[in-house]
Amino acid sequence: MTNAIGELEKDATAIFLIGTNTTENHPVIGYKIRKNVRENGAKLIVADPREIELAKMADVYMQFRPGTDVALLNGMMNVIINEGLLDKEFVETRTEAYEAFAQVVEKYTPEYVSPITGVAAEDIRKAARIYAEAERASICYAMGLTQHSTGTDNVKSCCNLALLTGNLGKPGTGVNPLRGQNNVQGACDMGALPVVFTAYQGVGIEANREKFEKAWGVKLSGQNGLTLTAAINKAHHGELKALLVLGENPMVSDPDLDHVEDALDNLEFLMVQDIFLTETAQRADVVFPGVTFAEKEGTFTNTERRVQRVRKAISNRGDARQDYEILCELSTRLGYPMSYSSPEEIFEEIRTLTPSYAGITYQRLEGKGLHWPCPTEDHPGTPILHKEKFNRGLGLFHAIEFREAAELPDAEYPLILSTGRSLFHYHTGTMTRRAVALDLHQPENEIQVNPATAAKLGIIDGEMARVVTRRGNIELKARLTDIVKENVIFTFFHFSEAAANVLTNASVLDPVAGIPEYKVSAARLEKIS
Amino acid sequence: MIKLTIDGKEIEVARGTMLLDACRQAGADIPTLCYDPDLRLAGSCRMCVVDVKGRPALVASCVAPAENGMVVQTESDDVVESRKIILELLAARHKFECPTCEKDGECKLQDYMYRYGVKESRYDGEGPHFGMEDPNPFIERDYDKCIMCTRCVRACDGITGAQAINVKDRGHHAKIAAPFDGKLADSTCVFCGQCIMVCPVGALSSKVAAGQGKPAQNKKVLTTCTYCGTGCTLELNVNNDRVVGVTSNRDENWSPVNKGALCVKGRFGWDFIHSPDRLTTPMIRENGGLRPASWDEALDFAAGKIKEIKEKYGPDSLAMFSSARVTNEENYLAQKLMRAVIGTNNVDHCARL
Repeated sequence: MTNAIGELEKDATAIFLIGTNTTENHPVIGYKIRKNVRENGAKLIVADPREIELAKMADVYMQFRPGTDVALLNGMMNVIINEGLLDKEFVETRTEAYEAFAQVVEKYTPEYVSPITGVAAEDIRKAARIYAEAERASICYAMGLTQHSTGTDNVKSCCNLALLTGNLGKPGTGVNPLRGQNNVQGACDMGALPVVFTAYQGVGIEANREKFEKAWGVKLSGQNGLTLTAAINKAHHGELKALLVLGENPMVSDPDLDHVEDALDNLEFLMVQDIFLTETAQRADVVFPGVTFAEKEGTFTNTERRVQRVRKAISNRGDARQDYEILCELSTRLGYPMSYSSPEEIFEEIRTLTPSYAGITYQRLEGKGLHWPCPTEDHPGTPILHKEKFNRGLGLFHAIEFREAAELPDAEYPLILSTGRSLFHYHTGTMTRRAVALDLHQPENEIQVNPATAAKLGIIDGEMARVVTRRGNIELKARLTDIVKENVIFTFFHFSEAAANVLTNASVLDPVAGIPEYKVSAARLEKIS
Repeated sequence: MIKLTIDGKEIEVARGTMLLDACRQAGADIPTLCYDPDLRLAGSCRMCVVDVKGRPALVASCVAPAENGMVVQTESDDVVESRKIILELLAARHKFECPTCEKDGECKLQDYMYRYGVKESRYDGEGPHFGMEDPNPFIERDYDKCIMCTRCVRACDGITGAQAINVKDRGHHAKIAAPFDGKLADSTCVFCGQCIMVCPVGALSSKVAAGQGKPAQNKKVLTTCTYCGTGCTLELNVNNDRVVGVTSNRDENWSPVNKGALCVKGRFGWDFIHSPDRLTTPMIRENGGLRPASWDEALDFAAGKIKEIKEKYGPDSLAMFSSARVTNEENYLAQKLMRAVIGTNNVDHCARL
């Protein structure tokens, strides 16, 4: 997030949610948004293919066709430019490449965009006006925006919208991805990415390599590595031979599970380090038992870049070991002795190599934590980014044309399938399916279907139905609900026994981010006779 | 600023300060049941009454603004007598199950009855009884212990915004209920458990934590939630080296993101920690199955395989999926292992999924 979570409760006078079912997936942030709307009269714009809970209290709700985000956002920006609602001073002083961008947006009038998105032109106008006229407007998004073959374009379009209206660098504004996992921000910050060391220092840049080579005492590769989705594909082709998996479960979380299964079976060696014998661990050659958050010391970095402490409450279970100790043991046996007396000692090493974390110490994290960048020990941290200038200097507009999703409905697969999360479960369900109350409350998967669609197929509420895509099929309970339109169906990906990712597409990824298109698969619903 | 005298001590407070806050600033220990600094004021329990010179009746300090020149007594005979009567009235309705109550030791009714020496109630008699069956697996509702402070109602509305519960009926029969006195699961309840967090007595408690340790027996360890990326602070309740519950800290200085508020997963989804499915020993594949192994054997086996594959096919034939669920420190070591030790940049995690 460019801004802090607390600003959504107090500072934002308008909030634009696109592709985030906030009250289910980031409930505590959802409470804050709802409070701001109810108690301070903040305006709320919701764009989502499902009529999520917050849509009911929105000033404008746009139920757009999945995959048409760029068209919708360009439509809003077309209105803002044509009605003179842009922040001219901000555009002139803080941005560049406006002209090329404005030229592309010109044709995206609400009347042009309406048939593409399925949203009434007047609603697009209303949303644009609310966002642009607000004193301080915040955009929040989650995987609903990003899990598309145009995911990067969708995010850039949100940035365009914020740049156009000067909604950056001030409290209550910003472009705010709500990240879905406890330490997904931290994993990225720490360089668990194929192209960067810690703090996004590119591996292709010699000076960066030299810095890490000096610290680690070895020669380093400057060749970009494989993304997760690319690694699975390489394993499928037999080019990747060994995979080490630490607390991940690709056999439930990755697209096209038949493809993933073949890929893992193709490996010569699969190592898994986890707290449970996950669907992935069941296929491993060696399994190491690690520990849960309750058993470890360390830090997590949340979605607003706040680094916070994790504190050990109980001892290791059985013969399980601390995850950092397992990594150290392995490294040592591979001829590179690694030994740390505590996670804090590792953190001290991280600080020396990671400019945005350099000023953070465990001691300073007691209490409220710190937002990175925090370059020195007397720096207070940075809750709001881009205040005076952007990292690159001027904010760059991107001229982005709308592209359709990779797999559109046709006669054989007439529906659009989207996947996502439930309030009561988390990711691949490894933990929440074993949390007794959560699993008792929601023990099985469902497919959300509009009653009219179900009626055509003779499917009644609660009946088992079959969802079929080009990749495969699963059988699960039909839940009839008008929160989805007639051409859209939705399911959760937490349930391995009715795994949504059997259905999803691994062959088309966002060309920049390599993200799969979980939000748009062409699908067919069948009655099980 | 205005000046007033509290228990003989002159203090200065900002105009608009409530009398309760002024009294507390002056060091007075004012008992409260319905008052909650984060919630809409109710002024209903009257425990916070104080004696203001010149006023014909005692004043509920939580809803009375401090005024210039006020002379206040916080524990006068009248105040004490009034509080005792209130406690007796509450006690007449409250089901005393203290030995088995989850709140025992952290119950405000218990504390105040002790403080004011209220051992029995003159108002005891046949009162209403409420059933406690609600088939949800999260929240135990025992309204025979409810003191009708309505903090749960106000937290449900003011913190979570769910507006799932409210006061039903009047007088003796008043109770907190979901719409039509139905099940929570059929209401807008999202099972966040903020109601449990604010309940001053044992009327609301966690079914998941039930029977595993009383508050005084548990050590509370402040940590960061393991689920979504919001980064809520929570307290793991530990008893005998086991996590037996989750509570939360409402002080913004210790719980900066959520100020004690949690969701259903954070508050009730912790028992996987002690699932019998937890892995407790390394395993190696043999004859198609996984068999337990010692750490040395498993680590040597893994290191041997990694070396062999690296030598045969080169470092880029290996990859690692690190984790968005483990700590920064572990992610750092994971990428260091791949880059410095194995010699490849093939390291990623599920940020894309």
